Amino acid sequence: MKSSVIIFPGSNCDRDMDVALKKFGFENQMVWHNDDEIPKSDLIVLPGGFSYGDYLRCGSIAGKSRIIKSVIDFANSGGLVLGICNGFQILTETGLLPGILQQNKYLNFICKNVFVKIKNKENKYFKNIKKEVLELHIAHNEGNYFCSNDELKSIQDNGQIAVTYCDDKGNDDENNNPNGAIKNIAGIFNKNKNILGMMPHPERMIDPFLSGEDGSLFFENLIGSM
Amino acid sequence: MSDVNEQIAIDHGLKKDEYKKICDLLKRTPNITELGVFSAMWNEHCSYKSSRRHLKKLHTKGDQVIQGPGENAGVVDIEDDDAIVFKIESHNHPSFIEPYQGAATGVGGIMRDVFTMGARPIANLNSIHFGSIDHEKTRNLLRGVVKGIGGYGNCIGVPTIAGQTCFDESYNGNILVNAMTLGLVNKNKIFYSKAAGVDKPVIYVGSKTGRDGIHGASMASAIFDDKIEEKKPTVQVGDPFTEKLLLEACLELMAGKSIISIQDMGAAGLTSSSIEMASKGDLGIEIDLTKVPCREENMTPYEIMLSESQERMLIVLEAGKENEAKKIFDKWNLDFAVIGKTTNSKNIELFFENKKVAEIPIDFLAENAPMYDRKWTKAKLPKENRFSKDAFKSLKLNECLNNILTDPNIADKKWIWDQYDHTVMGDTIQKPGGNAGVVRVHGTNKAVAAAVDSSATYCNAHPLTGGKQVVCESWRNMISVGAKPIAITNCLNFGNPEKDKNMGEFVECVEGITEASKYLNYPVVSGNVSFYNETNDKSIKPTPSIGGIGLLSDYKKMVTMDLKNNGNFLLVIGKTVGHLDQSIFAKNILSNHNGPPPEINLFNEKQNGMCILNLNNKNLIETCHDVSLGGILTAVSKMSIKGNKGVKLFPIKGLVNKFEYFFGEDQGRYIIEIKPENSENVENILKKDSIHFDKLGIIESDQITYSDDLKVSIDDIKDGYKKWLKDYMVN
Repeated sequence: MKSSVIIFPGSNCDRDMDVALKKFGFENQMVWHNDDEIPKSDLIVLPGGFSYGDYLRCGSIAGKSRIIKSVIDFANSGGLVLGICNGFQILTETGLLPGILQQNKYLNFICKNVFVKIKNKENKYFKNIKKEVLELHIAHNEGNYFCSNDELKSIQDNGQIAVTYCDDKGNDDENNNPNGAIKNIAGIFNKNKNILGMMPHPERMIDPFLSGEDGSLFFENLIGSM
Repeated sequence: MSDVNEQIAIDHGLKKDEYKKICDLLKRTPNITELGVFSAMWNEHCSYKSSRRHLKKLHTKGDQVIQGPGENAGVVDIEDDDAIVFKIESHNHPSFIEPYQGAATGVGGIMRDVFTMGARPIANLNSIHFGSIDHEKTRNLLRGVVKGIGGYGNCIGVPTIAGQTCFDESYNGNILVNAMTLGLVNKNKIFYSKAAGVDKPVIYVGSKTGRDGIHGASMASAIFDDKIEEKKPTVQVGDPFTEKLLLEACLELMAGKSIISIQDMGAAGLTSSSIEMASKGDLGIEIDLTKVPCREENMTPYEIMLSESQERMLIVLEAGKENEAKKIFDKWNLDFAVIGKTTNSKNIELFFENKKVAEIPIDFLAENAPMYDRKWTKAKLPKENRFSKDAFKSLKLNECLNNILTDPNIADKKWIWDQYDHTVMGDTIQKPGGNAGVVRVHGTNKAVAAAVDSSATYCNAHPLTGGKQVVCESWRNMISVGAKPIAITNCLNFGNPEKDKNMGEFVECVEGITEASKYLNYPVVSGNVSFYNETNDKSIKPTPSIGGIGLLSDYKKMVTMDLKNNGNFLLVIGKTVGHLDQSIFAKNILSNHNGPPPEINLFNEKQNGMCILNLNNKNLIETCHDVSLGGILTAVSKMSIKGNKGVKLFPIKGLVNKFEYFFGEDQGRYIIEIKPENSENVENILKKDSIHFDKLGIIESDQITYSDDLKVSIDDIKDGYKKWLKDYMVN
């Protein structure tokens, strides 16, 4: 399986993602933001970081970069596009995913382990993961997901909520909401479930010496279901 | 154009006799640009004029040392082709005036020092000191500094893996922000600042030059008074995004062979970077200031030379490689300008709009810079306290423990490090909050441990002992995670060197650091000095911060401090005599601030440390934590809280005073957890090596108990310990 990680100026989780994808068997290549097209890929990843310094608004300038047209075309043709953290922010800026990501409720950057509940397994990203709750890691300042009531109803009706913040037992209530996200949303799909944006970083949880190993489950499933 | 006089020189921070020396050297009056250059190069921050003589004594050699002090950062060998480039630096004065930008640019500056040498930064650390928790400014300063450190480091994508935060009223008017960075480099591809060869192009890269930070280096050498807010415009403004681009562009250029020398524009900006490169290469340098990319209009040569705009580098390239280099900086959207060349004149010559605006022999600025042998007084060892039995009569162990665990200097600092990205780069295997942060050397079985320590209370009580103690504490932190201690970097924060007492504190702390680092073969390879940490005649306590690094050849042997399994035993390694003077117990419970700090026995220190490493290599240690502030009971409590396990403490043989035993701050001690089946083997090894140890207790239940004297549940002590800082910051 071939994957491509897009590097924007200011991306800083690009290498981590490259390491993770290769570890689980992807043939990964790095693609520069100023390139016109993306080499043939089965998966495109927009990594975390501070693309273009996150000046103006997180992800907004990257959402207008040269490479992004190819990403949109690829997504619209049904290709798998995964955006992590800043990548999620970019996906909302391009309109590929609904809603926005605001500054965290308590106005601080948060770096810590969290639990997320898988809300929909009828997609390639979570299909064969046996667990219902994953322990992942967040590191962001703008992860407070928000959308209009109409949009919320629509993403709920279409099963577009991918993961929600919860405790280790899967309670996704307000007590387990690290950043103020509406309905504890940590990640969402587009209608067709080929695009996933989420704040947690599975690439930081891929070996027992790191913060945990549940990221491995994510990547193992992903390559296995493609 | 020359209308410089003595008063203008004094306004630039120069002394009368220094100004006279400048005129004598030049055999004329300098013009304003030249005066600006002299004042920048001759101030304490750049010239080390008060400290140089004493810094020469530091122990800086060792088989592991590739580059000692004198470069942008120190470099040590970590086996194979790998080397670690590291340094700590202060950004105290700017952080007090403007905490966010001051701290942020401190982090940015130290990272540039490291990647200038060709290394990719792999970890950041910091040591931050604030005034009393009751002081009106403390909360805002702490909040601003933490946000600034996070704002910069998080954006660059380098994990902040460890640090320390202290509170003491002596920092009410002068906070300390010391930032440290570690970078990884191939030891055959290290870049230095020494220029070589004549007629080589001098290149300016990075951000444009603005009017920010003019005289920043002079400010760092000034004493504060009530008008300090007026200095706000001299604080530099950071742009971590540009720094990230600069980092990637420089590393890309360094992969080729076109760089002769490279130097970041830090304190005193273009002035010090150009002069240092030329001085080290014994060359002259010619710069056309018209070609410097400026972000503001009508900047004068004086302003361009003294600007401390951030995220800029100066490079001497091989002739003919300009286009190749420019392509890389174009790709990263950074300014690139050929602004001059190296010459054989041994002068710095500055041109502006086709006119020569300054010419100074480099010697005058570097080697001929003033050096002072300041007067200093030796500190006496204070007399020991003799606490009467009555002093302890009404005390309860659990109350004392709760008091200490919620002391601002002990309480959990999670509120801080949750705001630092400590996991980016995917190699952080020990997070903040342990004995040391540990990151893997990417793609290998090795890992590097790092920690920052300071002990201002001890240094204040007796600088010589305090200096030794900080080095030992750093060494212990390395040992506690299973790493072999390799080398240190020091950030020497002191008061006014023109006062005998403050100068004495500096001299004796340096002496203590030297003695300990020599004995432990733990050399100093980089660092900086920050004097004049004084407001309205009140100076800070002497605060040398020591940043240590250690190597784990096999990261799987890393040790943590959280208790692991019920039924395992705890041992205290090292002798406990119960030294309470200068301890947190004496201060908080007995309200006593007198007496000597605990004594340092370097022989025992080394023996105990080496023995722990030996036990760990034999896989006999489950957990390890060094005993420091707050003594044994504080250490055990932290281990219990982290591992969520209780401990039954055994009765101590020949115990005279349980408070002395449990809260005394004797040095050179560790607590280790061992499995019962290894117990005999461990004890035999300890006896064979003549290492003193006490059997401290056994892991069981969810309480810490000591006969009938102590019974506290982990949940209870955890609550206070974990919540203190958050409650303080949120209220």
